[in-house]
This record gives sequence, C-alpha cells and structure tokens, in this order.
Amino acid sequence: MRAIRKMALAILVLVFAASLCAGFLAPASYSVQFRNFVSSPACSRFWLGTDELGRDRWSRLLYGTRVSLILAPSAALVSTFLAVMVGGVAGFAGGLWDRVICRVIDLFLSLPWLFLFLIVRALLPLNASLLASVIVTFGIMGLVGWAPAARIIRVGAQSLRNSDLVLQARACGCHGLRLVLVHLAPSLKAVIFAQFWIAIPTFILGEASLGLIGLGVAEPLPSWGNLLRELTNPQAVTSNPWMLVPLAVIGIVVSCFQLLLPEREFAP
Amino acid sequence: MKRPLILLAITAASLWGQWGGEVRFCLRSDPKTFNPLLVEDEASETIRYLTGGVLLRVNRASQELQPELATSWKITQHGRAITFHLRSGVVFSDGTPFTADDVAYTVQALMDPKLHSPTGDAFRSAPGEVETRIQAQDRVTVVFPGPVAGLDRLFDQVAIISSKSAKKESAVLGPFVVGRYTPGTEIQLDRNPHYWKKDASGRHLPYLDSIHLDIQQNRDIELMRFTRGELHLINSIDPEMFNRLVKVEPATVHDAGPSLESEMLWFNQNPSAALPDYEKGWFRSQNFRRAISGAVNRNDICRVVYLGHAQPAAGPISPANRVWFNLKLQPHAFDLKDALARLHRDGFRMENGTLKDRDGHAVEFSLITNSGNKAREHMAAMIQQDLAAIGIKLNIVTLDFRSLIERISQSFRYEACLLGLTNYDLDPNALMNVWLSSAANHQWYPSQKSPATPWEAEIDRLMQAQAASVDLAKRKNYFDKVQEIVSEQAPFLYLVTKNSLSAVSPKLHNVQPAMIRPQTYWNAENLVLEPSQLAKNGR
Repeated sequence: MRAIRKMALAILVLVFAASLCAGFLAPASYSVQFRNFVSSPACSRFWLGTDELGRDRWSRLLYGTRVSLILAPSAALVSTFLAVMVGGVAGFAGGLWDRVICRVIDLFLSLPWLFLFLIVRALLPLNASLLASVIVTFGIMGLVGWAPAARIIRVGAQSLRNSDLVLQARACGCHGLRLVLVHLAPSLKAVIFAQFWIAIPTFILGEASLGLIGLGVAEPLPSWGNLLRELTNPQAVTSNPWMLVPLAVIGIVVSCFQLLLPEREFAP
Repeated sequence: MKRPLILLAITAASLWGQWGGEVRFCLRSDPKTFNPLLVEDEASETIRYLTGGVLLRVNRASQELQPELATSWKITQHGRAITFHLRSGVVFSDGTPFTADDVAYTVQALMDPKLHSPTGDAFRSAPGEVETRIQAQDRVTVVFPGPVAGLDRLFDQVAIISSKSAKKESAVLGPFVVGRYTPGTEIQLDRNPHYWKKDASGRHLPYLDSIHLDIQQNRDIELMRFTRGELHLINSIDPEMFNRLVKVEPATVHDAGPSLESEMLWFNQNPSAALPDYEKGWFRSQNFRRAISGAVNRNDICRVVYLGHAQPAAGPISPANRVWFNLKLQPHAFDLKDALARLHRDGFRMENGTLKDRDGHAVEFSLITNSGNKAREHMAAMIQQDLAAIGIKLNIVTLDFRSLIERISQSFRYEACLLGLTNYDLDPNALMNVWLSSAANHQWYPSQKSPATPWEAEIDRLMQAQAASVDLAKRKNYFDKVQEIVSEQAPFLYLVTKNSLSAVSPKLHNVQPAMIRPQTYWNAENLVLEPSQLAKNGR
C-alpha cells in the first residue's frame, strides 16, 4: 500500500508540475483559435488535436489542469476548516448546540446550491476578471460544501467528548480552546485529513459538472469542467479518442487523491 | 403552385400505393394548450398546424398565399376590412357543418380582450371593436377598427373553431384530429375522416392514418432514434447533428438554405443605464458600432460555428423572406483597416496593442449571452479574438436566460448582448414592436418617449407609413428604406442567418423541406409512406 501511495504522490507532483510549467510546455496560448485547423485530429503540431474553435487541446489541458488543481485544494481547505469548526462545536458542546447545528447541517445538505451559482453569476460584475470568476466559483463550492464533512467530524468529536482522554485532561484543569486544540484536534486528525482529501476530487468533479451546464469557469479560460463539455458529442469522441485524454487525466488525479488517504481509513 | 403539388402527391400515391401508415417524429415539449387561439409555444403550434383548418395558408415553399377554407378574399376600406367567400360542403371533424357563423365566432373569440390571444395581438392595430358581418352562409366580412397591414397573411395563423359543436375547439377542420394525449410522453393525431381536401380519385386526404408525436427533449436521443428508423423526420437539427447524419445517412438530410433565424449583437444605448459616460459615448457612435461590425469575421463564424450551414447576415430580414428582403443590402465586410479608420475618426488610437479613446480610456466591455447555448458561446469567443486584433478587450459573460432578460429589459445593467432573433411572420408589421422607438423590444434603447436620434425618427415614420398602406409596392419601398438605415446605423450588428436544416427518412415521400416553419410537414396531408413502412405499422 505504501508503494501505491508513493506512486500516487509522484503522479500528482508530476501533473501539478506540468500544469505550473504550462507557460513553457504549452505550444500555444489556451485561447488562440487556429481557425483553419478546427477539430483537427492529433498530429505533431497539435498533440491532442484541436477543439471546435481550433484551439490547441494539449495547451488547454495544461492550463485547465493548473486552474482545477490549484483551486480545488484551496476550496477543500476552506470547506474542511468550516467543517471542523461547525462539526467540532456540535459534537463537543452537545445539547442544544448540537441539535441546532445538526438542523443547520441538514438544511445545507438539502438546499439546491445550483441556484446560488446562478444568482452569484448574475450578481457578479460583468467585467470581473477571469481569475475573479474562477475564485468565486471555487470559493462558493468551498463555502457551501462543508456540511457532509461536518457531520462526520461531529460524530468523531462526540465520541471523544466522554473519552478517558478528555476526562483526564479536564481533571488536570484543561478547558476550553486549549482542550480542543491540544487534546481533541490531534485525535481527530485522521478524520479531518480524510475529509480534506475526499473534498478535493469532489470539488474537481463539481466544477466539471458546472462546466457541463455552462456555469463554472468562464470562457476562454480552460478548466477540466469546460474541457469535459466536448464529450457531450459521443460520435466525435468515437472518431477522435484523444478527446478522452482530459477525462483520463481527471480520473487519474482523482484516483491518486483517493489513494493518498491515510491507511487507517481503509482498515476495517 | 397548389395544382402541381397535388399532382405530385397523386403521382407519388399511385407510384407507391400507400394509403395509410403512421409517421413518427418528436416534439421538444408538451403543448401548453390545445386551444388554437391561445397558441404561443412551438409544440402547440405544431398541433394547431396539423389539426387546424385556416381560411388562407402561406405556402411554405412558394411563400404565396393560397386559398383553403376561403375560396377567395378581398381586402377593402384601405386595409380595415376583409371579405371571405367560403368553401361549401365542408364539415368539422365531428360532422358539424362549417359556415360563416364559425368564421365570425372565431374572429370574435380571437379579438376578445378577456382571452388574451397571442394570435389576436397581431390584428390589434387600433383601439375599438371588431365587427363581423355575415352576408350569406358562405360570405363573411370582418371589419377592424384600423388598417391592418398584411391582413390576409395573418389569417394563416387563425384556425377556425366551431360555433355550434359541443366539442368546441376539439372539432377541427385540419387533416388530423387529436386522438390520444399522454402528458410528457406522446400525442397521437388520427386522420380527420371529414377533411375537405381530396385526391384525384375523390378520396379524402390525408394519405396517412396517423401522426405519432413523441415528447422528447434530448436531441441526441432523437437523432439516435431517427438513425434507427424509429422516427421519420426531424424538423430542425443543428449543424453538428446535420454533419453527423451526412456521414451515416446522407440521403436523409436537407439544407433548405437561409432560414428566418439570425444571430445579432447590440450595444446598450439606454441613457439611464448605469454605465460610465465615456462608454455610453462609444456605444452611441455610429463609427464605433460600424467598426466593431467590420472587425467581426462573419465568414469564419459561418464556417467554424455553423460548419458552413449559415450565411453572413446583411440586415433584419433574412434572404429566406423573398418578398421583404432588400436585395441591395450586403453584409458588413470584414475589414480591419476600415474598422480602425472609423475608430480614428472618433478619436480612438492604438497604444501598445490596446485601443484607447480620446480621453485615454482603454476600450474594454462585456458581452452577455445565455449560458448553455454552445453556438453563441463559440460565436462570442470568436468575436473576442476578432476584437483583440483591433486592441479591444471583450469579456464574455454567460448568464441564465432569466437573468439575461432581466438585464436587457429591466435593469439595463449590461454593455453588449449577443442573442438570436426568429421572425415567425414574414410581414414587417410583426416587427413594429422592435423598430418603433417607443416599443419595448427596441432593444438598444427601449420605450423611448420621443425618438433619440433623427434616424430612429425616420424609422418610426417609415414603419408607420408601411403599416398604414395596403399597397404592397409602397410598403416594400418603405421597409427597404428601414433596412438600409438599419444597415447603415448598425443599432443591431447582424452576424449570421442560420440555414434551415432538417432530416427526413427516405421512406417518407412528398416532403418538400422549406425554410419557414414547419419546415418538413407543412404539406402533411400529402405525405406518403413507403409500403415497407405500412407493414411495419401493422397494416
């Protein structure tokens, strides 16, 4: 298992490094349209062919990977932090706090957040930069995506509340924030890390889903989401299998993130 | 024109010996109504077209007006009145006779303000009551309170309903009747046994026994079912699907040339819009608008986005509209030198690859369009690259349709917009709500109290003059001038006119794809299935 994790980490580092070096590795800008080479097959000039506007697919994949790989972990960090705060307070405080927070978590899980994306997109200034629109997209995902993780962390905190460890700490006069940070949080570390790693592929795929319905990252900036939009034409995919490369990259990266989960999470 | 068509149908019928059978195709959604007077969506329009009987019909191939339930007609009182001589011996699908009473009843219902008929809106040229005078059982005159331009052609949309039948609007005069409707799934249209049209042998048309309409939103599934032979036609397909079909079944696809659908771009010229004054100044400048128009490569858009199934647009009227299109007009040529020259005339200059106005503001604006429309998103991306060549930064924003409509019609919080336009009606009178400066759909600056510019005042004058005249030549002359002003001033930058693309099974005969809706089944009563298809249908 350790070897597989090392390999996963190596692949992630490689993909991440390639995306950071997109400026050197990409033969063209992600937005340049080679209009005389529209939907071109893979060739020495266009390694993965061109899209329907004649844009080099390999260049777009490199830049799109950078966008998705930098911002998805950032959004995961935000959502995991919120989940620790909310779930930790609910589980450790118990009583009325727990009941109220659980209802809030249920509410967050039940609301259709797609409408929030529609509303925010409508409210965003029209001349907002591409970077701003990307950050807003992933930011919203991070801000609304904490609820499933919070529920799991709450259960973990609840089980620790009456544990010998906490009782002993309390008996020694340790209370409040010190108790949470010094004794409780390290005991929940494995759960928190697991939730963080799980959130990354969730947000990557979430952005991809938004891209499929025309939301998400704005054109012409590529992301894995808008690269996947090409796959809605099944016949084109059959005759141009290199169109599947972005999907394969997403699959590999998501799998690698899953393999990075701490080993104990896989234990029965 | 009608006679050759009937002869063609008869010839086809005798060749294949194919009375009967069922044609299948898809509707994109459930019809919102089966009342022909309340139709406003495409699905309901299909049902109305296939089941409703009309007094006059626009032939979709020739675009000429033809007699149907009226054998002749005459417009009098300078376009205020129309007299119809009705066909005798016609009965509704339930056997109720068709008389002048039914025409009077239909017109009164159509113009009843309480009904809010969208079809009736086109007839409302002046306030007041509509009068119907029944001179005989086969002769009726309808008098409107004011002149109605293109009055006779408007009756193409008016399906006659029975004044006496207990079945109300379910009793129809068209070739088919609604047999079965399962919401969300299917509609079965059965042959109307009392349909008045006959073939040469005296047998009642239509040739088909029924039409089966599957309600199917997913266009990929529709295409897959068509290629499997489960559907006989796709009335309108996009270029990508068209090209897919060309590869597998080239005999099935038809490109009928320019349709009535065009794509256009416009700038927000509303003075109350929350935009900086310098931007408002750009958008109000004819030179700026013409420069943008000249910097957009329409040929590339036609080739790349529409895969060659579109034409650069010259103006508000498509070349498909043979009567009203101004043949003198040409699309604005792609000419970057001319574009820059026009911008220089307005004080714009290039600085390090960025276009700046006379006060030093870099030229940057956003273009909104609706999300999920791949063709428009691609067009916007191409325009973005084209404008970058003259130093303009364009930001593309895709919005859900409701937000977009709110911005362009209520809050006016936008700079430029890319949308499509479909003229369902060939007559320019239907465009009054766009071209009059006081109109709500005068998109670049709607609902003006008085015309903001001399050229808008001139368009107002010409549109009102054409609406008040019943002389076709004069009306054409007025509207030609409107088109010329629009081309010169470019309040709308017309980009492309899409071609009318359809797919029809080779097993379905007598289909004559046209550019006007309904493109493929406009002569539904003459459609004929091959014998092999009859066997498939269990006959």
